[in-house]
Amino acid sequence: MSERTNQLRIRTPEGVCFSLLLAGPVSRCLAWIIDAFSIFLAIHILISIVSRLGILSYDLPKAIVFVLYFTCPIGYAIIMEWYWNGQTLGKRLFGLRVIDIRGLHLDINQIVLRNLLRAVDSLPMFYLLGGIACLINRHAQRLGDLAANTIVIKEAKAIQPDLNLILEKNYYNSLREHPHLVARLRQQITAEEAGLALQALMRRNDLAPEERVDLFHIIARHFKDKVAFPQETIESVPSEQYVRNVIDVIFRVQR
Amino acid sequence: MIIDLKKFITAERPYWEELAAQIKRSQDDPYRRMSYEQIRRLHYLYQRASADLAKISTFSAERSIRDYLENLVGRAYAMIHATRQTPVRFSPVKWFCNIFPQTLRRHWAALALSVSIFLAGAIFGGAALIADPEAKAILMPFDHLQAEPSERVAGEENASRGKDHLRGVKSSFSARLMTHNTRISIFVLALGMTWGIGTVAVLFSNGVMLGAVAADYIRSGQTAFLFGWLLPHGAIEIPAVLVAGQAGLILAGALIGRKSSEPLSERIRNAGPDVVHLIGGVAVMLIWAGLVEAFFSQYHEPVLPYSIKIAFGVIECILLAGFWMYAGGKISGGSDLWQKGSKRKEALDE
Repeated sequence: MSERTNQLRIRTPEGVCFSLLLAGPVSRCLAWIIDAFSIFLAIHILISIVSRLGILSYDLPKAIVFVLYFTCPIGYAIIMEWYWNGQTLGKRLFGLRVIDIRGLHLDINQIVLRNLLRAVDSLPMFYLLGGIACLINRHAQRLGDLAANTIVIKEAKAIQPDLNLILEKNYYNSLREHPHLVARLRQQITAEEAGLALQALMRRNDLAPEERVDLFHIIARHFKDKVAFPQETIESVPSEQYVRNVIDVIFRVQR
Repeated sequence: MIIDLKKFITAERPYWEELAAQIKRSQDDPYRRMSYEQIRRLHYLYQRASADLAKISTFSAERSIRDYLENLVGRAYAMIHATRQTPVRFSPVKWFCNIFPQTLRRHWAALALSVSIFLAGAIFGGAALIADPEAKAILMPFDHLQAEPSERVAGEENASRGKDHLRGVKSSFSARLMTHNTRISIFVLALGMTWGIGTVAVLFSNGVMLGAVAADYIRSGQTAFLFGWLLPHGAIEIPAVLVAGQAGLILAGALIGRKSSEPLSERIRNAGPDVVHLIGGVAVMLIWAGLVEAFFSQYHEPVLPYSIKIAFGVIECILLAGFWMYAGGKISGGSDLWQKGSKRKEALDE
């Protein structure tokens, strides 16, 4: 059985791997609510325009209303996803995008198919079948996505960390006196751990004083367990300073 | 690999920003034409960002930069490998007269299966009604079909005799028929995702209803009315539903993948464009059927002789059969869009 993750990993022909964060059912549901509201609004605006034709003919506006109620819900998603490269209004607001399962842009057939298959995804009501499929499928695909080979991703807005906010350029770091231990530390610490410590430092001013002390104490103890520096180097260094020192040796190599 | 992250970011950031700007420009205007130099520059920036991502991936300590670069490379990858080709003007006439009938013929086995299921339902419905006329309410659960056919025929002919009983509602009636039938057809197609079980069930049940109605009217000696009533629009509407069934069965076939060594995603990728062409053709057919049903089928003798209505239906049948069999010429390997998908795949495989 395939493992279910919230990421799709793609390997490019250049041999580089990148991950796409899959959108969960909740964010997709919220986007759908926005879209449903937009469709409702669009239909009613169009009906109010069409009803003015009633002066000329009684029958024609009724015919157009029938057509609008049918075409708007399907046409809205198809047109928006085509012109906005896989996004509708709701998806745009929640930072979601439909893409090909190989990470490529969609072609028109995929867009049409995934939207036509809403007919079966929405069974028996409120996208229950599609929602269940989304929960079961390892790529969080509803049946329409499965048929069209598409996935819905959450577009990451990655922010580059500003190290100057937490580390001065020439500040003294006692850990650097032990380059062999620093090298081992850099080897032992994972990207997730380093990222977590960096985030903690960047948000330290938002923390309550007691929680700040506790948090950095936990992080520092974790790092100390990984690599043991000589006692005289770290004994007078507070936990937060220790974490800063660790981050400094990880993120900045001095030459 | 150990790198000075800050120096690395400072050196590479201008390239990343340039690439991000290029991607944004293309997303804002998908039909933007780039010069050769611009394309080369884009490719260079993409390769540089890819190399940076590879470099940063070996450096265990920076999550947010890696996320940023993955996002950038992912977007550039999608843009470079799947840029929509120069906009080909979509010709609805060419599509309907060539691609649609070709697609239909290419999957003739699925169409034959769809027709067979429908006919099996019709035979069952007809036989069941003859064997047990009391089952009428179950076999065709529509109020207007519950009365004796002779009574209905008399009512319809009387209504036709007076002033136009559809006056002032023809357009809306036609629109309602078109949208309803198209919705049903989409449903038949979409149910292909239930491994075809839903498609088969809907095709069979529709066959049962039609067979029961036909048996009921023929049994009551109202054959001329039946054909005069059904043929003008049914000659197009029923084949349209059968084509929708064909599309659903193609989808189901791709899901099941019997005798295919291709993975599910590839099977579905190959079937997808054909399914879309078929359902598009169905929609066009149902627009015609809706117009005929509202403006022509509902008028009976003495206003419109049944012979004319039947002749009209028969001509439609012949034209439709000819269109399906011969329009578009020889079957090609697939539609343009399908070929584009294959080319894209080949390019990626390379």
